[in-house]
This record gives sequence, structure tokens and C-alpha cells, in this order.
Amino acid sequence: MTWLTWRQLRASAALALVLLAAVVVVLLVTGPRLSEMLRTTGDAFFDALDNDDALEAVLVLGTRLVWLVPVLVGVFWGAPMVARELEARTHRLVWTQSITPTRWLANKLAVTSVAAAVVGLVGLALTWWCRPLDKAVAQGLDGRGMGSIPRLWPEVFAQRGIVPIGMAVLALTIGVAAGLFVRRTVPAMALTLAVVILVQLILPILVQPRLLGTDRTVVTYTVDAITEFQIDGPPRIEDDPDADVHVVEFAVRIDKPGAWVVHRDMIDSEGDVVTRIPDWVSDCAPHPGSDPQVVAACFQRLEDDGYRQRVDYLPASRFWALQAAETGFLLVLSALVAGLCFWRIRRDLT
Amino acid sequence: MSTPDEGSVLTATGLGKKYGRRWALSDCTLEIPAGRVVGLVGPNGAGKSTFLHLAVGMLSPSAGEIRVLGGRPTGADARRSQVGFVGQDTPTYAGLSVADHLRLGAGLNPRWDADLAQERIAGLRLDPKQHAGRLSGGQRAQLALTLGIAKRPDLLILDEPVASLDPLARREFLQDLMEAVAEHEMTVVLSSHLVSDVERACDYLVVLVDSRVQVAGDIDDLLATHHRLTGPRRDASTLPTGQHVITASHTERQSTFVVRTDQPVIDPAWEVSGLSLEDLVIAYMSSTAGDAPRPTLEALR
Repeated sequence: MTWLTWRQLRASAALALVLLAAVVVVLLVTGPRLSEMLRTTGDAFFDALDNDDALEAVLVLGTRLVWLVPVLVGVFWGAPMVARELEARTHRLVWTQSITPTRWLANKLAVTSVAAAVVGLVGLALTWWCRPLDKAVAQGLDGRGMGSIPRLWPEVFAQRGIVPIGMAVLALTIGVAAGLFVRRTVPAMALTLAVVILVQLILPILVQPRLLGTDRTVVTYTVDAITEFQIDGPPRIEDDPDADVHVVEFAVRIDKPGAWVVHRDMIDSEGDVVTRIPDWVSDCAPHPGSDPQVVAACFQRLEDDGYRQRVDYLPASRFWALQAAETGFLLVLSALVAGLCFWRIRRDLT
Repeated sequence: MSTPDEGSVLTATGLGKKYGRRWALSDCTLEIPAGRVVGLVGPNGAGKSTFLHLAVGMLSPSAGEIRVLGGRPTGADARRSQVGFVGQDTPTYAGLSVADHLRLGAGLNPRWDADLAQERIAGLRLDPKQHAGRLSGGQRAQLALTLGIAKRPDLLILDEPVASLDPLARREFLQDLMEAVAEHEMTVVLSSHLVSDVERACDYLVVLVDSRVQVAGDIDDLLATHHRLTGPRRDASTLPTGQHVITASHTERQSTFVVRTDQPVIDPAWEVSGLSLEDLVIAYMSSTAGDAPRPTLEALR
């Protein structure tokens, strides 16, 4: 049976391997240049990266490709696996050899899952390539480009490490399930496309902070650490000093390079969460034309009144533990979807 | 565990299959004797395919029971390696070569007869490297049949295998099937909606109409015991008890009956003639419309 599975998979598997090899070659060739850049540019590393279109393109396209791998696996390996047999009626040929549909499916799922896991390894290749970026982030360097996004952040977390393996296997089982329930190849492919994209967009953000829990820290507000200041009021405060302004968002950086801040609250001296930030905090916003003394006084008042920022975050050090946990979660989910497939294939399918 | 009746490879008892609220097959009781080539005929929608899919375990029964070679077709006691199946339109993998198909058969069947498969492919002059998608309909059917036969089944089931073939390919396929059956001991069940296919290949007939077996028996016996009687008009109830009326039609002066009887017909008033297999099948198909004589029959004649 494994021979048959492989015989049906091998053409597309070969194509996938060729593409994968090409990507790995590009990463291998350009990787050393990135290390070199970090060594030579030092603190200006992320600015230098922003100005290097080739390396920037490798990073952006590489990340998108890793994002695309599970989608392709689900749509082209998963969805047609059973649906194409049902459409061509070849299931009647193969299921009436001396093999049960259950064993047939088990073999198909197992072999194709291995193939999906192999193409999922591209995430590890990208992670290797990105080591200089991670090093720079760990040093506390900051930038604006994609390269400066810490690898723990949900924007890139699922495209690094081993999570793409779990995602590819999950996408495969989603595709197979779609094929078994929709029973027609093209609609099953379309459904798989939609579901896998949705899963990739939503699942990591939902799951990542909940898997291992978050750490908590409390920091004082300082003017140097402001990362966000959002005021609800007239477009230009300086034009209308008496306008009613309301601080919506006020955040300062925590000194944890590479950490992902999951949740943030302002707490008062009692430690209770402040639901409405006092209006006078709007004085703390440094803007063109603001009086530095007013700003300083505002921060002093925050400190005197005991207002602090409480942060729930995932520290950068937990990257690999989280990778393992999320991959495990995705594989368990895959097993559940596969169970659904086995349940369905035991029912009548003519 | 009940064992099948002596000499039968397949028994169905009150067998039914429901799709949603519609019964595709209901209350079907049928026995297939061992060692015969059985033709299963009936109009489209009679439940032939459903019945055969139940027999090979592609479907599970909604009601009743079916036993094949002493086991249920689905589940642990299924005799999968002993039952061969050639599906409607004889599906094969378009992207796989002829040789690939043989390798598939060899890998999936414990009783696979590789020599037999090779011989058949050579005899059919199929190129082993040819992809199945490029074979003609007839060749594809032959390839599917090769898979079914080289599995060395005790029971080979064919669901309308020749329905989409041209007359020549049909004849060749059935000829080939008969030779294979003669050479290797197996029971064959072949469904068709064409009596001519059955006449060519089979020695046992089952007529299935609306899930029910209208008649089943050795074809020679059936032809020997069915007669068409034509004579002066009379009522069916006046016939001797040994003569079972299958169809009756009347004109103003004349009556025509198709009867089944083991006894010779001696009444000199009758003109007695034999029936072709096709006549016989049609007689049984039309008799199901109801036991009451149908006025439309007269108009049709």
C-alpha cells in the first residue's frame, strides 16, 4: 500500500522537493551575508538591512513562503486525496482489493503527513537564516522593517522553528476531511484554502499566549520609554488647548528585548486596574510645541500617585518551549481531524 | 454464527438499503449458488448496483442481512481477499501505467497471481508502460478485469462492466471473462440491463425488479419450463394448477399467456411456443406491474 501511496504522491513530492531545495539554496547563499552585515554595521544593523533590497526580499518572501506551505499542502495533497478517488470512482477499484478503506486511509495519511512534515522543515531553514536578526533583537536593537520583528511575535512566530511542520500536517488533515465530506475535488480544494487560511490567521494568535501562560511585570511610566500614546480629541491639541481630550492608550516599553507583550493595564497605587485613564495624563504626551516641564510634571504626578503599567508578556527565552508546545497542539488537533476522517470513511461512500 | 446454505456463496435475507428517506433496495432475499456465472438483470433503478455494492462491502445494509462466503462483507470477518470486484465503467487510475496497476494488485492482495496477470496483459497485447488514461474503454475494462481475476477470488462481482463499451468490445470482454471463468474456478455475478450480455456469458439468471427477485434459476431450465400459450380467449384462472401464469394478454377472441410449468402442456387448444431469454425477462419485468391484468399490455402488443 505504501508503494501505491508513494506512486500517487511522487510527482508532486518531487516538485515540492525541488522548490524546497531552491529555497534552501537561496537561504544558504544569502545567510552568511546577513551575519556579515550584523558584524560590520553593529547598532545600525536594521537600517542597513532596510537598505539592502535583496536580503529584505529574501526575508519577506521566505516568510510568506513558509506561510504558504501549509496552504499548498492542504489544497494540493489533502483535498484531492480522497475526493479525486471518489470522482474518478477509483475508490471502488482500490477498496475492493484486499484492503479496508480504513487501512488505505491510514497509510495515505501517514505517508503524506511525513511528506508534509518534510516540506514544513523550510521553517527551520528560515530560522537558521534569521539568527543574526534574533541576535540583534536580543541585543535590544530596534528597527522598522520586518527583520526587527522579534521571532516570538505572532506576526512571524508560526513561520519559524517547527510550528510550520505542525501547521502543514494540520492543513493536510483539514484537506482530507474536506475531500471526504464534500466529495468533489475542486470544491474541497476551495474549502480547504479558506479554512487553512483562516486557521493560520486566527489560531496562532489565540493559542500562543495560552499554551504556557505569560509572565507578569510592573513598570513605572517614563518619558523615554513611551511606545504608544493615543488621545481621543481634536486633531491638533495645540490649536485648541481647552478641548476635551481623553487618553485612550498609553504604553511604555518594558526592558525585555524580544518579548511579546500580550496584555497591558494601567494600575493605580492599590494595584487595581484603571479602566479610564485620567484626562490630565494627556499632558504627558510629548508633541511638537509641548512644554517639557509640563510633560515632566505629568510623569512626576503619575509616579507620585502610584500609577504604574502592568504587563503580561512572553519572554524571548521561551521561544523553543512555545514552539514545541504549539507544534504539539497542532499535531493533537491534526489527530482529531484525522479521527473525523476515519469516522467518515467507515460510513458509506459510493 | 450462521453458515451459508450448502452450495451458495452469497445469501441476502430481507436486505435493504436506504439513502436518506428513499429505499434504493428493500426486502431483497436472494441466494447465489456456487460455481455459476450469474447474470443479474433488471431495469435501471431496480437496485442492482446497490445490491452489488452491499455484497462487496462498499455499502452497509440499512435492513436485513447479507453474507458473502460465510462472512459479512464489511468489518472484521469480511472475505476481502476472496471477493473480486469490477465496478461500473471499470475505473482505473488514469495516471498509472498498466504495470503500475499490476504492482498495485500484487501489493494489496495476498492471493495475487502475478503470472496470470502478466499472461493476461501479454495476451491482451497491452503495453505495460502505457498509462491507463490512454487506454481505450475496452482495454481499460480488460485491465480492470485482470485485476479482478489475478486476485484469484472465489467470487467475482462485476457491476455493469460493459455498459459503456461498443458492441465489439463488449463481445470481447465477455468472451474473455468466460474463458477466465472456465480456466479458474470461481463464481461470477454480472449485472447488466441488457439480456444479450447475460445470454452470452451466464448460465444462471436472476431478474431483479423493484428490489425483488422475480425469478432465479438455471437459464436452460428456465427456458425449458417457460412457454407461451396462444389460443381461444379464456380466463387465467381456468388454467391447470401446475401452470403458473407470468403474463396474460387478451384480444377479443384470443388469449396469450406466458406460463411456467414443469409438466408438458397437453391441452390441444393451445398453440405452444418457446421463449427467448429476452422474452422471458421482459415477461417477468412486466408481470411486476401488478397481479391484475393490465389493459395497456393489449395496446402494446
